[in-house]
Amino acid sequence: MALAGPQETITAREAGLVSCDNCGTLAPLGSRRCARCRASLHSRRPNASQRVWAWLLAGIVCYIPANLYPMLLTSTFGKVSEGTIIGGAIELFEYGAWFVAVIVILASVVIPVAKFVVIAMLMLGIRHGSRLSAHRRMQLYEFTEFIGRWSMVDVFVVAILSALVQLGFIASINPGPAAVCFALSVVFTMLSAQSFDPRMIWDSLEEHPPRVRR
Amino acid sequence: MHTRHPISENLDRLIACRACDLLLDRVIPPPGKVARCPRCHHVLLSNKRNVIDNTLAAAISTAILMVAAVLFPFIALEEAGLQRDASVMDAIGAFASGWSAPLTIAVAAFIVVIPVTRAVALIYALLPLRFGKAPANGAANSFRLAMALKPWSMAEIFIVGVAVALVKVTDLAAVSLGPSFWAFSALILVVVFENSTLCEWTIWRLLDPKKR
Ligand SMILES: [Zn+2]
Ligand SMILES: [Zn+2]
Repeated sequence: MALAGPQETITAREAGLVSCDNCGTLAPLGSRRCARCRASLHSRRPNASQRVWAWLLAGIVCYIPANLYPMLLTSTFGKVSEGTIIGGAIELFEYGAWFVAVIVILASVVIPVAKFVVIAMLMLGIRHGSRLSAHRRMQLYEFTEFIGRWSMVDVFVVAILSALVQLGFIASINPGPAAVCFALSVVFTMLSAQSFDPRMIWDSLEEHPPRVRR
Repeated sequence: MHTRHPISENLDRLIACRACDLLLDRVIPPPGKVARCPRCHHVLLSNKRNVIDNTLAAAISTAILMVAAVLFPFIALEEAGLQRDASVMDAIGAFASGWSAPLTIAVAAFIVVIPVTRAVALIYALLPLRFGKAPANGAANSFRLAMALKPWSMAEIFIVGVAVALVKVTDLAAVSLGPSFWAFSALILVVVFENSTLCEWTIWRLLDPKKR
């Protein structure tokens, strides 16, 4: 079981122990509940892969209409125009607000798509081995978990614009269907990342030892 | 820190890395420092001074700022003599019409309900400890709830959204910021402070009535 490393390593599971996911207290493997915090104990999160894939799929499915339908319904002097996510960002670029445009593109396109790709890649890496080191994959996972919630920026932008711009006939902004789809997509992808158990990366090294590349 | 073969009878002297399950001797780092897993570099525990005091300070500040953020006007917009004040409740209510009503609930939860719930749960769990008393009934569940809600508390993300929205409307109308806006901005600092001070492992140990 030993892993190639500076010293021999042993996991809690190999030592017949389970660590409470909640408070970190150790208990003999097979204990049902944590003696300290009463949380139920699992050596690995149950059904992690199914949950990760299911939430990820839901996130991707919601992301498609989020891009096709309008995010904002803007009416100026009675004329209604529909703005999609991408359209809104392009408008901002044309307007010269490139810094804000970059934030919008990051939150609504780069981060969600990167999250889909990273989570799928981590899951495939666990099953089939990966060219990336476990350490690098761990960094990707932590970054994904950290950054994912920031996509919600877009939903808040729509909320604020709709609240502010209600000047009757002159101008009014209302949320479009894409806002709901996008919010759902962010929530589902966050749940997918939360279901992921990083210990799977390290467990998989036994089956798929790191490929040494020079 | 290095690993050794099991199994000590005293499990309290060991710790498993939450990210890779590596079993390690529990070594409390020097004050102000964090101990990391030698294999995956995940933070195991930190030895910050006054964890309880600082976490409580963050929770109480959040509660106070949230009250201000909800009560005071958030933003005012003026265009062609038409003035519109928007409170945070207006922003939340923007989705209320039509079929996107569920978003109203979600946005209200992310920016007000969840941050407030977290603050109350933290205060409930930690305040007795601050005064040297035994933890209250349900303190463990309360703290667990606060930690589970953490990723869903999005007040700091909301304020970035506001900044983006303001750029979009500047050519449409003159915008002025109200006290509620600044209360939300201050919340960002509180979130950063809480992240830097809170060590879950330490608080769980302090919450354990047997091991205090
Ligand atoms: Zn526990
Ligand atoms: Zn580790």
